Amino acid sequence: MSSSPNLRGALQELVARRDLLYMIAWREIKIRYKQSVMGFMWAILLPSVVVAAGVIVRYGMSTLSGKSISGQEIAGITVKGLVWAFFAGALRFSSTSLIGNPNLVTKIYMPREIFPLATILSQLLDLGVASCLVTVVFAVTRLGGSWQLFWVPILLAITVVLATGWALLISAACLFFRDVKYLVEVVITFAIFVTPVFYDVEMFKKWSNFLLLNPLAPLIEGLEKCIVYETSPSLPWVLYSGAIALASLLAGFYFFKKWEPAFAESI
Amino acid sequence: MAADIVLKVQNVSKRFSRGEMHDSLRDFVPSLFARLSGRARTGSVTSKDFWALQDVSFELNRGEAFGIIGANGAGKSTILKLITGIMKPTTGRVELNGRLSALIEVGAGFHPDLTGRENIYLNGTILGMRRAEIDRKFDAIVEFSGLADFIDTPVKRYSTGMYARLGFSVAAHVDPDILIVDEVLSVGDIVFQNRCLEKMNRIIRSGATVIFVSHNLRAIAELCPRSILLEHGKVTATGPSQEVLRAYLESSGQEGRHARSKDLIISGVKVRGSHSEGVTFNSGEKVWVDVEIECTGGSEPCSVVLFVNDDRQYEVFHTSTEYLGYPPISLKPGERFACTFEMDLNLAGGTFYFGILLYRFNIEKIVDRFFPAATIFVNSLPEVRGVVNPHPSITAFGPVAEIEPTKEAIKQ
Repeated sequence: MSSSPNLRGALQELVARRDLLYMIAWREIKIRYKQSVMGFMWAILLPSVVVAAGVIVRYGMSTLSGKSISGQEIAGITVKGLVWAFFAGALRFSSTSLIGNPNLVTKIYMPREIFPLATILSQLLDLGVASCLVTVVFAVTRLGGSWQLFWVPILLAITVVLATGWALLISAACLFFRDVKYLVEVVITFAIFVTPVFYDVEMFKKWSNFLLLNPLAPLIEGLEKCIVYETSPSLPWVLYSGAIALASLLAGFYFFKKWEPAFAESI
Repeated sequence: MAADIVLKVQNVSKRFSRGEMHDSLRDFVPSLFARLSGRARTGSVTSKDFWALQDVSFELNRGEAFGIIGANGAGKSTILKLITGIMKPTTGRVELNGRLSALIEVGAGFHPDLTGRENIYLNGTILGMRRAEIDRKFDAIVEFSGLADFIDTPVKRYSTGMYARLGFSVAAHVDPDILIVDEVLSVGDIVFQNRCLEKMNRIIRSGATVIFVSHNLRAIAELCPRSILLEHGKVTATGPSQEVLRAYLESSGQEGRHARSKDLIISGVKVRGSHSEGVTFNSGEKVWVDVEIECTGGSEPCSVVLFVNDDRQYEVFHTSTEYLGYPPISLKPGERFACTFEMDLNLAGGTFYFGILLYRFNIEKIVDRFFPAATIFVNSLPEVRGVVNPHPSITAFGPVAEIEPTKEAIKQ
C-alpha cells in the first residue's frame, strides 16, 4: 500500500484494454435498457424530473418578485438540469460500480478503473440522448445557435473530467467503507442547493463568487450562458474549474491505483 | 529475466490481517480517534495477522506444464491470485513475461440477462481478448460449447452444465502464453471434465505454459511433469510430479489412522512392490499387501478384507481371506498374526486408496476398519485411461472384405 503506483504503466494498460471498457459500458447500458419497458425513456426521466422541479421553483420565485418567467429562463434550467443529472448520476452509480461486481474484482485480473469509467460512459450516453431531444426543441424554437457554442465541448469535457476524478475516488472509498454510499447519496441530494441549477449565481450579488467556488458552478453557468444567452463564460472561472477537474482526475487515478492492490481482499 | 522463463516467483509472502476490519466509516472514524488519543491497545492487530504464504519461490519455463498441489487452505488460491495480479504480495516479487489467462472461475462476468452471444463477447474481453479477435473465433467457440441452438437465449435460462460449457469454451480460446487453471475440473459432469482435460492437453501440446491447481491428482500427474507441494503456505516439496505427489500422499496419509480402542485391531498395513516399498507403482506390476493383526482383549474369529477405492471413492474391487479359501482367524490376547495378499496391479494411472476390514462373514459384523490404510499412486500409461488396466491390445487392424450387397440393392 505504501509504494506509489506506476501511473504511466497503468494508463498504457488501460489503453490496451479499451475493448473491455467498451464492453463493460455496453453491458451497463444494455442491462438498464433491457430490464425496463421504458427503454430510452430512462435516459430522459431523471433530467426531466430535475428540469420540472427547476421550472416549478423558478415559477414560484417569479410570482414572488412579480416578473413572469421567460422562455429563456426555462431553456437555461433545461441545460443546467441535464448537466446536473449527468453529474449526479455519474457519482451515484460510481459508488456501486466496484462493489456491484465482486466476482470480477476477486476472481479475474483487469484494470479495475474500468468499472467507474464505464459508469461515466453510460451516463454520457444518457446525457447524449437527452441532449439530442433538447437540441431539436431549441432548433425549432430558434434558441441559441451562435458561434459561442464552441465553448460547449470544452465545458462538457471539463465536467466529464471532474466527474471522472470524483467517481474514481468514490468507487474505491465505497469498496472500503460501505456507508460512503449513503454519504454520497446525502451529499448529492443537498448539493443541488449549493449548485446553481435552479437559480443563477448573479441573484446572490456579492456572494456570487462564493457560490462559484463550487467547481461545477462555473461550468453549469457557462453552459447556460453560451447556449441560451449567447455570451461567453467567465474565462478565469472556467480555468479555475478546469484546474480543479484536472487535479481531481490526477488525484482520483493516483489514489485508485494506490489502493487497488487491496481491493480483492477488502471487498 | 531469461527469455525462456515466463514466470518467476521470488520469495513471495502474503499476509492477511484477521484483526480489526472496518468496513464502514461509522466503525472506522471512532477507532481512528481512539487510536489517536492512545486509548487503543497497540499490538492487538498485528497478533491476529495470518500468513497465507511464506517465502514461496519457483520458476516456470516456456511451454512447461506445472502443477500446484496442496490440501485446502494450503495457499493454492492465494498464490494464483498473486500470479494473476488480483492481489499483491506482502513481500517478494512476481515477474511475468507474456499474456496470461486464468480459468479461476469459469463464466465469471457472465450476466444472466444477456444472451449467450453477448456473454461470449463480454467474457472474452474480460479474459483479455480484443473484439476483433472474438469475431474471428466466435464460430469455433460456439461449436466447442455445443450450444449453437441456444446462443441467442439469455444465459439465465441455461442449465449449470450449459453455463460451464460456454464459460470454458470462451476461456479455452483465449490462446494465452500462460494458462492458469484452478479446480475448474471439479465442476460439471464426467463427460465435460474429460473434454476439459483433453482441451488442456491440446493447449499444452501447442506450446503454452500451464499452471494447474487441482485436487484431481491423476489429472496433475497426467498433465504436469513438474509440481510443487504447498503445505500451510510453505513449499515443502518441489520437483517431478511423481515425487511431489508421493510426498503429498505420505503427509496426508498420516491423518487416516484408526482408533485403537478394540480388542482385535489392524496394527499394520504395508503395500510393497518387487523393487519398491512406497506409494508409486507401475501399472501391471506385482504388489504385496502385508496386513498385521493384534489381539489385545477378548477375540472373535474373523477374516481380513482388502478393498481398493479410486480417487472418487468408488470401490474398484474387494477380496478377502474368506473368498480366497482361508479359514477365519482366531487369536488369544497378546497374540499377533500376519497375512500377505499378492496381486497384479492391473489398475490404470491414478490415485488409489487401500482399506482393510476385519470382518465376521457369518454375522456380517465389522470388527475393525482401517481406511485409508495406504494410498498408492499408479503411474499412468499411454494406452489406458480410466480405472482398470486390462492390458488391451489390438489383434486385427486393416480393411475387411466388402459386405455382400443386399437383394434390394441389386434390383436397383
